[in-house]
Amino acid sequence: MTRYAVGVDLGTTHCALAFAELDDAGKPIEGSRPEVMAVPQLVARGQLEARTLLPSFLYVAHESEGAQALPWDADRRFVVGEYARARGVDAPTRVISSAKSWLSHPSIDRRAGILPLGAPEDVERISPVEASWRYLEHLAEAFGERFGAAGASLAEQEVVIAVPASFDAAARELTVEAAIAAGIEKLTLLEEPQAALYAWTWAMGDSWRKQLRPGDVVLVIDVGGGTTDFSAIAAVEKEGALELVRVAVGDHILLGGDNMDLALAHLVRQKLEREGKAVDRGQQASLVHACRTAKERLFGVPTLDAAPIAIASRGAALLGGTLRTELTREEVTRTIVDGFFPIVAGDARPSLRPRGGLTEIGLPYASEPAVTRHLASFLARQSGAVAKLGVAPAPSAKPARLLHPTAVLFNGGVMKAERLRARLVDTLNVWLGSDGAEPVRVLEGADLDLAVARGACAYGLVRRGTGLRIRGGTARSYYVGIESSAPAVPGVEPPVSAMCVAPFGMEEGTEAKLPPHEFGVVVGEPVCFRFYGSSVRRDDGAGEVLDDWKRGELEELPPMELILPADGRHEGDVVPVRLRSQLTEVGTLLLEAEPVRALKAGERWRVELSVRAPE
Amino acid sequence: MNDERRTSFFGRLGLAWRCFLRVLTDARFAETVSELSAGSVEPRRLAPSAPVASPPPVTSSPPAAPAATAALQLLSLLQREGRLVDFLQQDITSFPDADVGAAARVVHEGCRRALRTHARIEPVRAENEGTLVRLEAGFDADRVKLVGDVHGQPPYAGILRHRGWRAETLELPQIMGGHDARVLAPAEVELG
Repeated sequence: MTRYAVGVDLGTTHCALAFAELDDAGKPIEGSRPEVMAVPQLVARGQLEARTLLPSFLYVAHESEGAQALPWDADRRFVVGEYARARGVDAPTRVISSAKSWLSHPSIDRRAGILPLGAPEDVERISPVEASWRYLEHLAEAFGERFGAAGASLAEQEVVIAVPASFDAAARELTVEAAIAAGIEKLTLLEEPQAALYAWTWAMGDSWRKQLRPGDVVLVIDVGGGTTDFSAIAAVEKEGALELVRVAVGDHILLGGDNMDLALAHLVRQKLEREGKAVDRGQQASLVHACRTAKERLFGVPTLDAAPIAIASRGAALLGGTLRTELTREEVTRTIVDGFFPIVAGDARPSLRPRGGLTEIGLPYASEPAVTRHLASFLARQSGAVAKLGVAPAPSAKPARLLHPTAVLFNGGVMKAERLRARLVDTLNVWLGSDGAEPVRVLEGADLDLAVARGACAYGLVRRGTGLRIRGGTARSYYVGIESSAPAVPGVEPPVSAMCVAPFGMEEGTEAKLPPHEFGVVVGEPVCFRFYGSSVRRDDGAGEVLDDWKRGELEELPPMELILPADGRHEGDVVPVRLRSQLTEVGTLLLEAEPVRALKAGERWRVELSVRAPE
Repeated sequence: MNDERRTSFFGRLGLAWRCFLRVLTDARFAETVSELSAGSVEPRRLAPSAPVASPPPVTSSPPAAPAATAALQLLSLLQREGRLVDFLQQDITSFPDADVGAAARVVHEGCRRALRTHARIEPVRAENEGTLVRLEAGFDADRVKLVGDVHGQPPYAGILRHRGWRAETLELPQIMGGHDARVLAPAEVELG
């Protein structure tokens, strides 16, 4: 039975699960708070340990290694968690990492077995969806191990899974697919920055209501191990009560702490090589690790000028082979603070120059490493996000060029460094100042590693009646491409119009008005539609047709596909259909085709999102 | 002391319950238990024989006793995280201090992290070393050792020379799948 509200952080680099107990009526127990569950996992061969974070890595064990036994499965052949991450260092071709980034990769088939990328032939590859499923399955099994004796399985609990706000409709749907495969039956999706804000309100107790007032716009800056995500959440007054509305989300930016540690490792490696010391392949991972540790020490102790770095040789002889050097404060400042968080003007934009040598092949990593440039771009694109809410700042002489946040909430492991938080706040305040706006306040107090899991759990409690809910709905509007029937001209692509099928801000459990446009679909043959999303066009209603749009306003997504089964019709017949959209209770976009002349009541067919883009 | 290392009554009760459930649900486990109770058990070997000529099986040495297993696990943990066994097994006399220092950083950082995540170690006495402390009659001789001119009856007044350490908690990994705890670190063979 449903005894717990459960929140899951399915992160790019680690996962976590938080739970809170419910009473017999399914209401939160007075004073019950989201508690993080320690997850039993292999930490080395044959060594099981419970840790609060489950690294999002999967190791496909070689047959010579035998079973990778867990308390609940003696015969398992793969490993999820710390041991898998460790194997990523010494047997990298068999290890899957960053599955979540692959899950949101628009130009691959995300249900196809492609991971581990570049694995040897004897490794059975799995899809990004299956990798996510395995992580969730591990959490479900760990939950069963802990609460099974009390008769609770994760399948029976209400589970909230946090996903990046920037995930598009297809990536959200694939996450749900993975969760269902893992046996999670009652689930809801929540945007990660919203989870961070829920965690913060929960950590603050009642005092948060003193810190947020109507008119506030909270900018959530989430820089994790693999991704950077921005959201804006406005506090408005509605019928005398405070209401929170998520008003804007940013693009999916594959840029995070891992890039930063790699950049430092690159620098230290060059330094060692200049001294004639070679770092071999096996030492590279230790180098990255040592750089991260040294960086954290320098960020943690402001009086230190340098932190030593020692990398052991791989053999049993520790002395003689140990490389030593140091990481100086100046290097960290130059590489991380000024490299990834440079002081730029509010009109700075990410550059689109070719990528440097620090990225892996395959994932669409951000080519621009400057988080501040991405932030400026987000605030500029979303300058009109609160216009309709009545929370816009007092009119000033100059028109606002940027969205004006009044408060900042940080999330993600990278933001643990006070120096980086300060750099972001300072930069932001300069922009706001030159725009004639007040400086921001910082909302402090949440644990940055575990806030998402806790916040997702807190949202589960909110849904059951305690606390304030953030409204938001879909963070994008969605469009289907309509090719015009202009005569074909060789070499010229026919112009495409975009018809809005799902407006911005559709709430869970609602349906959009059926657009009037009809499509002719051939029975029994797959039909592909071009599919677009926009995070800035918030006023297009369902059915509205755009003949042209500003550059960057609409982003083309992987196409969607519809197959009309014959089922009472003749193969080859053309059937006129209309597209209807709804946002499910789970939080996924459901697109369906409804025949204009139905053969039976309620006849409709599901449109498949996230079909692989044609080559 | 040794008696304390053995599983407590409640520990055994819990174990019995888990075994009971698992015997019911896991045929392989039931078989192992049956062998164990018949006294015919031998260490489980999960890995199939290696493709290269396997070394002669270690037939003479029995599986490590439970108390030793915990110690072996701790050594294995400190080796994994901080290369402690490598450090102690190497003859360092011929190396200059700079090399010893570099290695010590590796060992210290890793072992410290391992210790902090697996154990909570607190001083036995909270006072600063060098301060005068008073020991009443009936003080715990396990926790406080009298040194110097030891004679007479409590209460004693003396200088705290060492605060002592006490492991408040120690949690070691659980061994899975018949893993041989005597292997503190596996040999590594890189395939190209």
